[in-house]
Order: sequence, then C-alpha cells, then structure tokens
Amino acid sequence: MSGVETVSVRVRVNGEPREALVEPRTLLVEFLRENLNLTGTHIGCDTTYCGACTVLLNGRTVKSCTLFAPMADGGEITTVEGLSTNGALHPVQQAFAECHGLQCGYCTPGLLLSTVHLLNKTAKPTDKQIRKAIAGNTCRCTGYQNILKAIRMAADEMGKR
Amino acid sequence: MLAGGQSLIPLMKMRLARPTALIDINFVPGLSGIQSHNGELRFGALARHTDVEMSEAVATIPILHDCAAGIADVQVRNQGTIGGSLAEADPSGDWGATLLTLETSLQCTGPQGERSIRLEDFIKDAYTTVLAHDELVRGITVKKPPRNSGGAYQAFKRSAPVYATASAAVQLTLEGKDICKDIRVVLGCVGLTAIRAKKAEDELRGKKIDGKTIQRAAEAAREAAEPYSDMRGSADYKRALVAALVKRALGIALRRARGERVEAGHEYVGR
Repeated sequence: MSGVETVSVRVRVNGEPREALVEPRTLLVEFLRENLNLTGTHIGCDTTYCGACTVLLNGRTVKSCTLFAPMADGGEITTVEGLSTNGALHPVQQAFAECHGLQCGYCTPGLLLSTVHLLNKTAKPTDKQIRKAIAGNTCRCTGYQNILKAIRMAADEMGKR
Repeated sequence: MLAGGQSLIPLMKMRLARPTALIDINFVPGLSGIQSHNGELRFGALARHTDVEMSEAVATIPILHDCAAGIADVQVRNQGTIGGSLAEADPSGDWGATLLTLETSLQCTGPQGERSIRLEDFIKDAYTTVLAHDELVRGITVKKPPRNSGGAYQAFKRSAPVYATASAAVQLTLEGKDICKDIRVVLGCVGLTAIRAKKAEDELRGKKIDGKTIQRAAEAAREAAEPYSDMRGSADYKRALVAALVKRALGIALRRARGERVEAGHEYVGR
C-alpha cells in the first residue's frame, strides 16, 4: 500500500484559526477531538441519533459525527470550549448549572449548543419551540424537566442583556 | 456524490454503502437557492431542509413546510438536503411522498447534458433511481397548486431523529366548498417506494368530501399499503396507522383548501 492520502482542513474553531492534515474520511468530531484535542465534544451513539456531538458550524447546529471534516473546510465552528468568556460561564451554561439541567453530563455539550442556537434565533421561545429545538439531543439521566427549566432561565437571562 | 451526508454517512458507517470515491458537491456554488418563478418553486439540490422550512416562498404551499419542518431533528435539517433525500430514494424518506402529491420534476446533469425527469419516473425502487452513475440532481421544480387547493403531510415517528413508521401526503383542489375537483394521496414508509393510493383518490375525486367519503378513502389507502413488519411495527399496525394518517391529512388539507391556517406535520413522543 502506498501512503494514506490526506487533505488539509482549515477552519476557525472558537475564533482561532486551526488546521490539520487528515484522511478525507475523518469525521468532524474525530478531527475536533483527536487532531485539535478539543475533547469537550462527545461521541455518544455515532449513528446521528443522540446529539452529544452537536457543534455550531457557520452558526447552525450539526451533528459532528455525521460530517466528514473536509466538508467543514473554511467554516466557523463553535464547540462547548468556546462558550465561556475569560472564565465566566455563558448564560446557558450558568442556567444548566443552577437548574441542575444535567446529571452525568455526557449529553450536556450538545444540549448547550442546541440551546445557544435556539436562543440566537428565538429570544423568547415557547415551551413547544424549546422541545422542538432539543428533539435531536438525547438525555438518559434527567427526564428533561430540569433541562427545560434551564433553557427557560437562560432565555430570561439573555433577554435582560 | 456527497451532499448533506445525513443518510450517506450513516450508511457508510454501517458498511451498507462502500463507495470507492466520493465527490463532495457542498462547495459547488449556485445549488442551494429557493426561487419562486412563473408559478413554480425551484429548489437547488443543496437547499437544506432548514432553508425550505424557513423559506417565505415555501410557506405558500403548506404541505412542503409540514415536511421540511419535521424531518429528523434540527441538526439533521440544518445539514440534510432536498436533492440528496430524493436521490437516495429511501422508501421512508419524507420528500418522496410529499412531492409526489404535486407536479414535481428533477433537473439532472451529466456528461450527456441536462434532462428533466418527472418525480414519478425518477424513483424506480427502494434506494434506486433512474440517475446514471455520472449524473447528479441539480435542482427540483415544483408547480404551485391552484388557489383553492390545500395539502397536508402527516408522519408518525417514535422519536424525532428516526424515520417515520408511516406517513401520508394529500393535496386536494376544491370546487365550491366541499366538492373534490382533484386529489392526490401518497403513502410513505409502507412499501418499497412511496405509493400513490389511486383508489383512495377515486373515492373522493368528483365527490363531496365528508366523513363518509373520507372513511372510504382511508379504507382504500389501507388496502393500497404494502408494508413489511419490522422493528417499527407489524404490517397490520402500519396499515391501521397509515389509514388514520390519511384521514387526518384529508381533514387538514380540506381546512387549508378553504383558506384556514392549520399547523401540522410530524407527530412524535415528547413533541
């Protein structure tokens, strides 16, 4: 076998330009975790179901286990590591902490980004809109009630700014 | 050909698809617009389901919004494309059933040039279309239905990210208040392709739409379904479900044809 073919992927992740040579079949989540060492983005099901791997790509949420890294080339990515500013939690993170919107925390990075995406588009979401917005994020611990509380609190907090 | 990848990448992970080479068309410019032109809606193949959901032009044809707004979940809708969905021809796909109720054609491009293929001629079998290996779907054209027309797409699924267990798409045109001038009824997930339930249409075309004729159409739809038993349900269950969905879709389509605004679409637990 000759050497493995690689392509260069250049993206901005949490505001920083990042670049790596990867096999074209590398998934975006693998690229983030293994090439860029950003392990906050989780792999849950690896079947496009659970949403633990959710990140923002050019302002929209995607499941990073269901994109090849080269598909994101030139793009702007936000992962959970990019939510806080100078050590201060993002209002969505703060609300999840205060409402206990998590137990084991595995699904939390994805839920945080789905919530950020929702609140960027819809300042005062109805409960129906909230449920629809997180329908692609599975949590096996909480039963979702505290997650809903957290999202309502984050919406209120962000509305005050 | 790799568009949104929301079906192809999972299929590759399961080794159900093993392409030796992939061409990523996501960076090809001019393939993602949605335009209203001359009584037609024109979708670029790379229009994402979210783009369709948010499009003002699409809002005038509620059945398209029903479909786009309920496919899988937000993340998948942000990435998956209308062209990719049709070219994959999954029998459980939402777009096939929805667009078969309208005059839909696909603009396909290859080394031999461009050709336009009607959707009913495009889908041959489960996961099989008439596309040649060196051809791709460039765009989709949908003729706008007349004014006194209404449609609805109803799909039932166990949770948001999964394919529906059964679905029903209806587009009808009224004459006066309740006479059905024309109608199409299409069933999804209950056969190797989406199924046009022509006998169900015959129960309504030219007749008054009321509880009785709707019931007869639903029965005919139940007969037209060719479901398999699988993890989503038994064949009998799916027949019962698809009949119920046709009934609901007919009711919503009728109200919309009369000018009423009705919110509808996919149903799932926790919605």
